[in-house]
Amino acid sequence: MTTATENESSPSAPGYKKQDFVSDQDVRWCPGCGDYAILSGVQKVMPELGIPREKMVFVSGIGCSSRFPYYMNTYGFHTIHGRAPTLATGLKVANPDLKVFIVTGDGDGLSIGGNHLLHILRRNVDVTILLFNNRIYGLTKGQYSPTSELGKVTKSSPLGTVERPINPVAFALAAAATHVSRTVATNMQHMCHVIRRAAAHVGTSFVEIYQNCNIFNDGAFDYVSDRSLKIENELQVEHGKPLVFGPIDKRRAVRIRALRPEVVAYDENTEDLWIYDETDPTHAAALSYLDYPQYPVPVGVFLERKESVYESGLLHQEEAEIQKRGRGNLQKLLAGSQTWTVK
Amino acid sequence: MSEKSEGNGRPTPARTKISNAVVRFAGDSGDGMQLTGTQFANEVAWAGNDLATLPDFPAEIRAPRGTLFGVSSYQIQFGSAAIHTPGGSPDVLVAMNPAALKVHLPDLRKGATIIVNVNEFTKGNLSKAGYESNPLDQPGFKQTYRLYEIEVGRLVREALAESGLSAKEIDRSKNFFCLGFVSWLYNRPIEPTVEWTEAKFKKLPLVRDANIKVLKAGYFYGDTIEAAISTFDLEPATYDPGLYRQISGNQALALGIIAAATQADRPVVFGAYPITPASDILHHLNGYRHFRVRPIQAEDEIAAMGAVVGAAFGGAIAVTASSGPGIALKGEAMGLAVKTELPLVIINVQRGGPSTGLPTKTEQADLMQALYGRNGECPLIVLAPCTPSDCFQIAYEAVRLSVKYMTPVMILSDGYLANGSEPWKVPSVSDLPAVPLHFATDPATYQPYLRDEATLARPWAIPGTKGLEHRIGGLEGQNATGNVSYDAENHDLMVRLREEKVRRVVTEIPPLECLGDNEGELLLVGWGSTYGTIRQVVEEARADKLDVSAIHIRHLSPLPSDLGATLKRFKKVLVPEINRGQLLRILRAEFLVNAEGFNRVTGQPLDAGELRQAINDRLAPARDEGATKEPKKVKSKRS
Repeated sequence: MTTATENESSPSAPGYKKQDFVSDQDVRWCPGCGDYAILSGVQKVMPELGIPREKMVFVSGIGCSSRFPYYMNTYGFHTIHGRAPTLATGLKVANPDLKVFIVTGDGDGLSIGGNHLLHILRRNVDVTILLFNNRIYGLTKGQYSPTSELGKVTKSSPLGTVERPINPVAFALAAAATHVSRTVATNMQHMCHVIRRAAAHVGTSFVEIYQNCNIFNDGAFDYVSDRSLKIENELQVEHGKPLVFGPIDKRRAVRIRALRPEVVAYDENTEDLWIYDETDPTHAAALSYLDYPQYPVPVGVFLERKESVYESGLLHQEEAEIQKRGRGNLQKLLAGSQTWTVK
Repeated sequence: MSEKSEGNGRPTPARTKISNAVVRFAGDSGDGMQLTGTQFANEVAWAGNDLATLPDFPAEIRAPRGTLFGVSSYQIQFGSAAIHTPGGSPDVLVAMNPAALKVHLPDLRKGATIIVNVNEFTKGNLSKAGYESNPLDQPGFKQTYRLYEIEVGRLVREALAESGLSAKEIDRSKNFFCLGFVSWLYNRPIEPTVEWTEAKFKKLPLVRDANIKVLKAGYFYGDTIEAAISTFDLEPATYDPGLYRQISGNQALALGIIAAATQADRPVVFGAYPITPASDILHHLNGYRHFRVRPIQAEDEIAAMGAVVGAAFGGAIAVTASSGPGIALKGEAMGLAVKTELPLVIINVQRGGPSTGLPTKTEQADLMQALYGRNGECPLIVLAPCTPSDCFQIAYEAVRLSVKYMTPVMILSDGYLANGSEPWKVPSVSDLPAVPLHFATDPATYQPYLRDEATLARPWAIPGTKGLEHRIGGLEGQNATGNVSYDAENHDLMVRLREEKVRRVVTEIPPLECLGDNEGELLLVGWGSTYGTIRQVVEEARADKLDVSAIHIRHLSPLPSDLGATLKRFKKVLVPEINRGQLLRILRAEFLVNAEGFNRVTGQPLDAGELRQAINDRLAPARDEGATKEPKKVKSKRS
C-alpha cells in the first residue's frame, strides 16, 4: 500500500530521519516499559510517510500511553481522559490537511473514552488511532481495566474482578471502523508494517497494540511475545492467504465449519481453507472473536475498506454551498429576509 | 388594509388611539400559538411599533390535546414608545380552548378582552380543563370581561370547504383566523404575514392559498359582524432612522458569531449537542454553510466541547452552545481550554434548574457556575447580553476578546432572551469593530507560552506552520516554554498570570451608564435579561419622583473597574435576580457593600409590580412623612 496524502516525489516532503521525530524531552516511562518500543517504531515509520513534519499532530488522552506526544517532535496535544477523539475531530474539521494520530490506552480509550471511540470510528474521521493495550491502569498504579481478564486480582479488585473484558478489535469492527488491525509491541517489524498500513489508510484506522506493563501487569501477553510461545499462539493474518499458524513440523489452519471456527492440521490437501479477505466485514467479525487460549491470537490487518470520510463530507458540502449560493454576504445576512426602513 | 366599509351603509368602527397594548395568544401546544405570536410580532414591527415578546411553552413536544399542562402561549407588548418588557396582565387574551382559558384567566384584569374559539368549548374539553360547566355562561362573566365568542372551527371549515385540503390541515389553520382578527382589532397590517406565507409555502400552493384565505377571513370577520364599537390604533414608535428587522436572541447570537468570524476571515467550527433552549443556534448556523460555518453535532456535550478545543488549536473560530446541564458536563474540557489558553466561545442559554429543571423556562442561576464551576483556579471571561438584540453585540465581542486574549469566553444568555424578539437596527458591516488575529510564524522567536506584554496572551501557533512544532496539554507548564512543570513557584506564577490576563479585559469595558442619577438613595444593579423589567420599573418610579437609579452589568468577569465607586455613591443597593442571590454575593464580597437582593425563581421574567413594591419598601422611610400604613401589595401575578 502506498502512502495516502503526499508521496516521496512531492517537493514539499523533505528527507526525514528517525532522529527528526525525537523531541528534546527526557522519556519518563519505567525502564522495561513496552511503550519504548512503540515510540521507537512510530519514530521509524514517520519519515517513510513523506508528509511534512509540521502537518503531523499527536493527540492523546490521559495515561502512560498518553504521555506519547511529549516525546514526538511534532505538534502535539495532551488532552483529558478519554476525550482525545473529540479534540482530534474538531482539529480535522478546522484543518482537514493535518495528519493526526490519536494515542490512547485500554482505560483511556475503552473505559471513559469508549463512547467517543465509537463515534469517531463511525464517523470515519481521517485519523490513525493507536491503542496501547496493557490490560491494566498503569498511571494510577494498578487498577483493572476494561480489557483485564475476568477474575483479575488488582489493587481495586483484591477478590478478583466480576466483569468480563471487551475485545478492542471486535468493538472497533462493531463501530463500523474502516481499518482495523492488531500487533504486538515486541515484534518491531510487524508493528512497523501495521502502523505503516494504518497511516496510509484514508479514514479512521484503529490499531490495537499489545503492550507489556512490566511494573503492574508483567507478562500479560507472554503467550504472543515470548519467542518460544508465540509460534503456537499467534496467527499472522494476510489478505488473500489462508489462515495458517504453528511451527514447521505442526502447521495448522483455522477455518470455518458450520459458522464455527475450527483448528485443523494443515497441509497441501487441507480442504475449505479460510482464504482471508481483509475487505470483507464478515471475515473480520468472525476473525475478531478468536482469542487465546481456545484459538491463536490473530495479528495483522483485519479490515480495510474505503468509506466516506467525515470531514471530507463536511468540506464538500461547504464547497457545494458556496458554489450554489456564493460566498456569504455579511450585510445581507444581518438584514435577513424581512426588513423595514425608518426615515 | 382599507378602513372603509364595503359600501353597505354600516359605519366603520371608530379608532381609539392607544399608546400600547399587551396581547396573549394561548392554546394547545399543537395549535400554532408560537407561529401566530411570531407573525403578529412581525406585523407590529412592520407597522413601526416597538415591541417585546415572551414565548411560553411546555417542555413536551405534543402534550395530549386539551390538557392544562399542554397549554402554550405567546405574549407581546407593543406600543408607540419604547417597550422594555412583554408586559404584565394582557389587554387581550386569545384562548383557543378551555384549558388555555383556565390557565390564563387568573392573569386578566376586569375589562380585559377575551377572544375564544367556542367550537372547542365542548363538554369533553371543558372536563379535561377541570371545568364542571362552561365558564363563558357563568353569570357575570360577560360583564367582567369583553368577550368575543367566535366559531373559529366552523368558519375556517366553511372558508376552506373547496380548498382541497384534508380536515386535519384545515383545522390547523385556525390560528391564522385568530391572527387576522387580532390584526383587525389593532389595525396592524397583514401584508408581512401574507408575504411570509407566500414564501414559506411556495411549493404547496393549496396550503399557501388556504392560510391566506383564512387570515383574511379573520381580518374581515371583525367588520362583518360589527364585532367592536371601536378598534385600536397606535402611532409608530420613534426610532432612529435606518433599516430594521425583527430578531430573537438565539438568532442574534448566531449572527454575531458569523459576523466576527467573517471579519476575522476564519471558518467557524460550531460544536454542539441539542439541548433546550440552545438548539436553535445549531439550527440557525446550519443554514450558513456558505460562510464557512462547519457544524459538528457531537455525540454528547463533552464531545462538543472537546471538538471546539481541538478546532481552536487548529486555528478556527470555535464556538459551542448549551444550557446549564450541558455546561456542567463541559467543565473539565473548559478547564483544558483555560490551561492551554486557546480562544473559544461557550454559550450558556440558561434555563430553570437544578438538574433537568424547567427546560423551557427562564432563569439566571448559572452565574456562580460560570465564574467558579471548574476545578482549580480557572478564570473565564464572562459576558451577559441584556436584550435579544444585545446578543449580537455580545457574541461579536466574545469572539473578538477570545482571540485577543487567547482565552475562552462564556456568554450567559437565557431562555427568555433566546426566544424573545424585538426590532433591531441592522448594523452596517463597515461600522463593526475589527477582529484582528495573528498566527505565529517565526521559529526564531516563538515559544508556546511567551506572552504579549499588554494582554498576557500567548501566541496562536497552529499545526501546519513550519518550525513551530510544540506540544501543549492540561498539565501545569512552565511560563514561556510551556514544558510540563511541577515547580512550586512556577505554579503560583501561572495561576496568577491566568487570573491577571482575564483581569486586563477591564480595559475593554466602557464606563457604566446610570439610568437616572449618578448618586442617590437607591441603586438597582442587574445583569442579563432582567434589563427590560428593571428599566421599565425604574423609569416609572422616577416618573413618580422616587430617588432610584439603575445600572446594568454586561461584563461579569472581569467586573467593570468603575463598579465599586458607583455602588458607593448610593445609600442602598438592590440586586434583582432570577436566582437566589448570585451577583448579590459577588458584589458583597468584592466591594464590602451591604447590598440586598430581590429574588424570585419562578421560571418567568421578574414581575414588574413586585419589583416596584420592593423599591417602594426600601424608599418608604425616606419617602413617607408621617404615613404609617403598609404600602399596598400589588395583586396580579404578572402586572
